[in-house]
Amino acid sequence: MKGLLDQEFGKGGVIVTKVDDMVNWARLSSLWPMGFGLACCAIEMMSTYASGYDLDRFGVFPRPSPRQSDVMIVSGTVTFKMADRVRRLYEQMSEPRYVISMGSCSNCGGPYWQHGYHVVKGVDRIIPVDVYVPGCPPRPEALIGGVLKLQEKIRKETLMAPTALEKLMDKKKKKEKSIPESNQV
Amino acid sequence: MAKPIQYQFEEHHLRRSEPNKYKPEDLKTEEMVVNIGPQHPSTHGVLRLEVVTDGEIIVEVVPHLGYLHRCFEKHAENLPYNQSIPFVDRMDYLASMNSEHAFAMGVEQMLGISDKIPPRIEYIRVLVAELNRLASHFVAIGTYAMDIGAYTPFLWLMRDREHIIRLLEWTCGARMLYNYIWIGGLYYDLPIGFEERCAEFVQYLRPKLLELENLVIHNKIFVERTAKVGVLPLDTAINYGVSGPMLRGSGLKFDLRRVDGYSIYPELDFDIPVGDGSMGSLGDCWDRNYVRVKECYESLSMVEQCLARLQSDYPRTRDFDPRAVVPKKIRPRRQDFYSRAETPRGELGFFFRTDGKSDIPLRCKARSSCFVNLSVISEIARGSMIADLIAILGSVDIVLGEVDR
Amino acid sequence: MKQENIQQLLTEKLGEGVILRTDAGASPPILEVPPQRIAEVCQLLHEHEQTYFDYLSCLTALDNGPDTNTMEVIYHLYSIPYNYQIGLKATLKREKEGKILPQIPTISHIWQSANWHEREAFDLLGIVFVGHPDLRRILLPADWEGHPLRKDYEEQAYYHGVKVEY
Repeated sequence: MKGLLDQEFGKGGVIVTKVDDMVNWARLSSLWPMGFGLACCAIEMMSTYASGYDLDRFGVFPRPSPRQSDVMIVSGTVTFKMADRVRRLYEQMSEPRYVISMGSCSNCGGPYWQHGYHVVKGVDRIIPVDVYVPGCPPRPEALIGGVLKLQEKIRKETLMAPTALEKLMDKKKKKEKSIPESNQV
Repeated sequence: MAKPIQYQFEEHHLRRSEPNKYKPEDLKTEEMVVNIGPQHPSTHGVLRLEVVTDGEIIVEVVPHLGYLHRCFEKHAENLPYNQSIPFVDRMDYLASMNSEHAFAMGVEQMLGISDKIPPRIEYIRVLVAELNRLASHFVAIGTYAMDIGAYTPFLWLMRDREHIIRLLEWTCGARMLYNYIWIGGLYYDLPIGFEERCAEFVQYLRPKLLELENLVIHNKIFVERTAKVGVLPLDTAINYGVSGPMLRGSGLKFDLRRVDGYSIYPELDFDIPVGDGSMGSLGDCWDRNYVRVKECYESLSMVEQCLARLQSDYPRTRDFDPRAVVPKKIRPRRQDFYSRAETPRGELGFFFRTDGKSDIPLRCKARSSCFVNLSVISEIARGSMIADLIAILGSVDIVLGEVDR
Repeated sequence: MKQENIQQLLTEKLGEGVILRTDAGASPPILEVPPQRIAEVCQLLHEHEQTYFDYLSCLTALDNGPDTNTMEVIYHLYSIPYNYQIGLKATLKREKEGKILPQIPTISHIWQSANWHEREAFDLLGIVFVGHPDLRRILLPADWEGHPLRKDYEEQAYYHGVKVEY
């Protein structure tokens, strides 16, 4: 039983599709995360990459450098000392770039929300996040679910309104209306 | 007929036709500072090493910590003892059961209830602690092999670790951060059928450990990369306060399970593996990894013994309640108490200062093994090359959660 | 060597005032020593052949709060050959305003493990160890304000623009 794509190819070697769909399909089928493990969630992330819950079948393969990766899986607690470095690494990634916040420490500060003076209460105070995966630590299946959710999000993107440009336009509009910056929440 | 080749090779042809401009004596080297930053592919976590190098040889290594400082001690000063157990878990997240065991043991000794704990509970604690020790050593050796360059042992060991984690998940519900060993008992008893499954797992794992030894430890490339690298002499180790497999790798037969004899370890029969310098110098990286692999065998044998005792002497009964001795209010008398236990990385100690009036300690300090073990790296990495530094760092086996607490 | 023998040894070699108080209820038992003499006491315990405390298990610093206004540094020593643990304690006064930090001599020249422990005590509690080769913050960023484990610590509101509280 051939796959859908192979069936299409069998009919003469020509597929007709939208550029959007094709570009999105290419992007979501080979999301390469930066290997960025901070704490306990990193071990679950490693377990997900390993053979038990193989993420390689989704095209996900860890890359050591931010320049070569599409997605940053922030796994673990982000502390204030690390926050500057997270921002820097995010800025070093080239677009299109996505962020998956894995685990409850990077979603909202996690169990350290009350007395953790050195813990950033959520990595979304530092970088914009696309998908939040809850859990402490999230099961490998949950992380795979997060990656699939990111894939759905990418499927809906369009080249006519690229996300990076949208964010810039948003910022410009906000500056004109002089609404205070949202990172001071 | 082929034409005869007219070219004759002679040594001086290349040098004479295009001689070098610079001779080696004309060059000068300067030291440079290389930053092995908080994000790096070797999966130890967020540690920054500032390395001053002269070419490829390291002159000085300065570790910068604190990128994962999660304020454990502040939480412990504001939460009751039983509520601090999840935070203890998250310090050394690879060996949570061992850390919880150290904490719970300390508080029980402070309360004076350590002799009231039923032996079945003690055996279950040691059983899960030794299973966790196996899992932790698997990650240590797997990621170390990955740092050296071998990707296969990592996948094999993570597969075996998945088996252990599934067993522990069956027991207490969580794959990694268990919150299972409570002060005065356990969260749940072992599930029905656990002993049989665990015995099957032990039979499965024995040949795998032999395979691991042959694939990694006695592998010629591994030996050449790790023997004579990062030699830690014994007196330096003791002065720096090093403990665990690092200290045993330098030749001292010192294991807190034997020396302090806490819990039911005196009733179990196990050896203490010690590094002997057989592949190079005493106290090099190979010795430490060899000690870890040998400890895996010992832990496996301890798991077997615990299972046997649990099935014969302390079988499960219908009315066994693992939370029977768990105190409702944990209020130890006013004292200063230091308790220590042997985790897969070394001596994890907790210092408590209590005031006898409340169930929140005045001060709880965690003496973490990795913090002290890491301080020795600036001593042993001097004079080695950058690739050796990665090998040395991996053999220290740090978990940043415990280093930074 | 038992607790009393160690006390006798210390008072013989270093004089009467070396041990201020003992706390036998602590485990291991703790001897209180005046802060200025801590280095001599540690040197003796490290070198004397009948005590030979070659392992510094732990160095804890704690804050008794702004009411009693003292801070304490507690040393846990362990002797591997004799399998014996002991604790030493030094009490420091702290200033009301917190501008001048309490000081105590360092013991990092005797046990190298004290090096990083003292840096951590300085970082989290603000105790200066006189003679330490490299006293700077180890766990918190270098531009953090305050010493968090003090009882009167208040979190700063923002750090590099990010809000600290939940």
